[in-house]
Amino acid sequence: MIDVEKYVGPRLGGVIRKLMNTEHSDHLGITMKTPFTLVLVVLICGAAVAAIYRLIFGIGPASNLSDLWPWGLWIAFDVLGGVAMAAGGFLIAAAVYILNWKKYKCICRASILNAFFGYLLAAISICLDIGRSFVIWHPMVMWQVNSIMFIVAIHVVLYTSTLATESSPMVFEKLGMNRALDRVNRLMVGIVLFGVLLSLLHQSSLGAVYLIAPGKLSPLWYSTYLPYMFLVSAIMMGISMVSFETLLTGKVFNHEPPREVVLGLARGVLITGGVYFAMKIGHLITGPGFGAVLDGSFLGNLWLLEMAVGVVLPLVLLSFRSVRTNFDRIFMVNILVIVGVLQNRLNVGIFGVSEFATRAGGDYFPSTMEWMLTVGMIAFAILGFKVCAKYLNLFPETHH
Amino acid sequence: MAISRRDLLKGVASGGLLLASGISPVEAAMSNELPPQAVGILYDATLCIGCKACMVNCKQSNCQPGGALYREGMKSPPYESKGPKGNEGIWDAPQELSGKTLNIIKVYKNGTGENKDTAVNGYAFFKQQCLHCVTPACASVCPAGAFKKDPENGVVSYIEGKCIGCRYCQLACPFGVPRYEWDAAWPAVRKCQLCNHRYKEGKFSACAETCPTGATIFGKVRELREEARRRLALKPGTEYAFPIQTLASREKNRRPVAKYADGVYGLNEAGGTQNMMLSGISFELLGFSKDIRKSALPDLTWAYIAKIPWVFAGVFLGGTTIYKITHRGDKGDSHD
Repeated sequence: MIDVEKYVGPRLGGVIRKLMNTEHSDHLGITMKTPFTLVLVVLICGAAVAAIYRLIFGIGPASNLSDLWPWGLWIAFDVLGGVAMAAGGFLIAAAVYILNWKKYKCICRASILNAFFGYLLAAISICLDIGRSFVIWHPMVMWQVNSIMFIVAIHVVLYTSTLATESSPMVFEKLGMNRALDRVNRLMVGIVLFGVLLSLLHQSSLGAVYLIAPGKLSPLWYSTYLPYMFLVSAIMMGISMVSFETLLTGKVFNHEPPREVVLGLARGVLITGGVYFAMKIGHLITGPGFGAVLDGSFLGNLWLLEMAVGVVLPLVLLSFRSVRTNFDRIFMVNILVIVGVLQNRLNVGIFGVSEFATRAGGDYFPSTMEWMLTVGMIAFAILGFKVCAKYLNLFPETHH
Repeated sequence: MAISRRDLLKGVASGGLLLASGISPVEAAMSNELPPQAVGILYDATLCIGCKACMVNCKQSNCQPGGALYREGMKSPPYESKGPKGNEGIWDAPQELSGKTLNIIKVYKNGTGENKDTAVNGYAFFKQQCLHCVTPACASVCPAGAFKKDPENGVVSYIEGKCIGCRYCQLACPFGVPRYEWDAAWPAVRKCQLCNHRYKEGKFSACAETCPTGATIFGKVRELREEARRRLALKPGTEYAFPIQTLASREKNRRPVAKYADGVYGLNEAGGTQNMMLSGISFELLGFSKDIRKSALPDLTWAYIAKIPWVFAGVFLGGTTIYKITHRGDKGDSHD
């Protein structure tokens, strides 16, 4: 190993050496030098190129957005999708710290870290999506409480900081900073409560963004209950995401996912999925009616796709005991839920406004730059999670 | 340590309540009332001859200091000379509203296009620009407050220095008015500001100033509404003296009243707008959407925002209570 202390001095060198120590995660068998890591690094470099191009030449040249289609892939997938994927963080934190459901403690750190990367994806993308990235702080000082976007912006900033604070014990522990660790732990319940509040508001306010556009968003998705549908679907997806990630780390790292945790999460998906299904069907009956989704139209089919993949199929599968108690089957159901809810976000953010935009002569397909950034940001989240799993004590109760 | 967990929770809960009570919903909601001295434009499509003089004057006037297209150091107005074939940099020929064009005259054509203001085998001109809503969606959605509705004259103007470029205004505007400077590295939103930079010189909107037929007239909204109703009440074919430039103008355009379709566009759309339109054919044929809500759009989001203080209170009180119940038994365990 390189003698870092020789180059950066004893103080910083000591910190780096402590951080690089992987004793506690050696049993997981994580190797960084793999072809997959290389692919991730290449994708991240692609995203960096897209980001720099965007900052120098502006949003117009970098994207295929237009006056008639002002929001595209970055808002629909990175922001709406990324934030929904992060819902698991506040749920598991609340289960462990507020409800005192101790069995979920072993996945708490991983879920919060997962949420942190989801929010990072959203925050970086929104920063590049806005035309004047360097004044992104304006809403923080120019409060405009009528704006959902202001509420969203405040929440992104506060909740990303909250998630960082919730994750900080892992780092303090590693560096042996016991006083800081003690302080954060002492405040943890308050921080978690604050995180729950921000998440409830933030998940729903992303749906509330569209409340002002009844003439633009298709009635298949527009509803005054859209904020609540966003919240419930995010909870459903958040639980699936946590379960997915627990099972995935169980597959790729050498550790066995705790059985009662995975089964408990599957029950959670079943319950929230049931609620979400009732809301969606209720909206369909009171709003556009069944005819609107069964008429074979493009948007109707997308609605059916989103519901079939993300809600109906998972609910039917989970209603079988043989599925609900089998890790591999639960894993597949989780993937269905995640894909389905992401499809919902794309439907609202991109396809749902297409009728309005195309009537006025607009068209949109994400540009190469837009794809590069989104794909690279996902790669960044995966690699970041892997690095944290190797260098931080992410699964506290599985070692020794 | 001096602070026990119990004290801490108390602090957090009361802090939440304080925050919740600090936001007063009643004061923050937007007004749905027409400002006292509200000004606007009445565009009567049946008088429009499609000369586009309003577009020329609009672009010139708004490239003067204070204008909605003005940018320091600009040498000429931002002409859009691409588009039609054979027009490579010769004349200004915008196809749509854009970051360079705040006002546009378009034509509706059907069949043989013989008769003016007729839906079948006819043609009609129409004008697109910002309608200056009584309760503007753009101003309500802007996270940095970059749109301002003047409390006196009601003009909705854009403050470039505040804008972050999120383009929520574009999504929120039901009329598709705000346009973005997509080709700029530091882009701004552009839209009509009713030439509010010209009022202190005693001038008014450039489009109305230059309109030769009185199709576009500038005035107080309340008086324009009366004028619009008066025209609608007239029998088609009777002669009427249409004022030119402004309502009070002595110059008139005497001609028979055409047959109007629909009512006044802008009385109720999105809760009412300060610019209004009259037309000989239905507004829907001219591309003005029919399914625009007839009440103020910001009310839709306000219904959600007004609940936020309750969520604050609910989460802190409920969370603290649940925490106390679920942690009754265990004392002194470390929770990391």
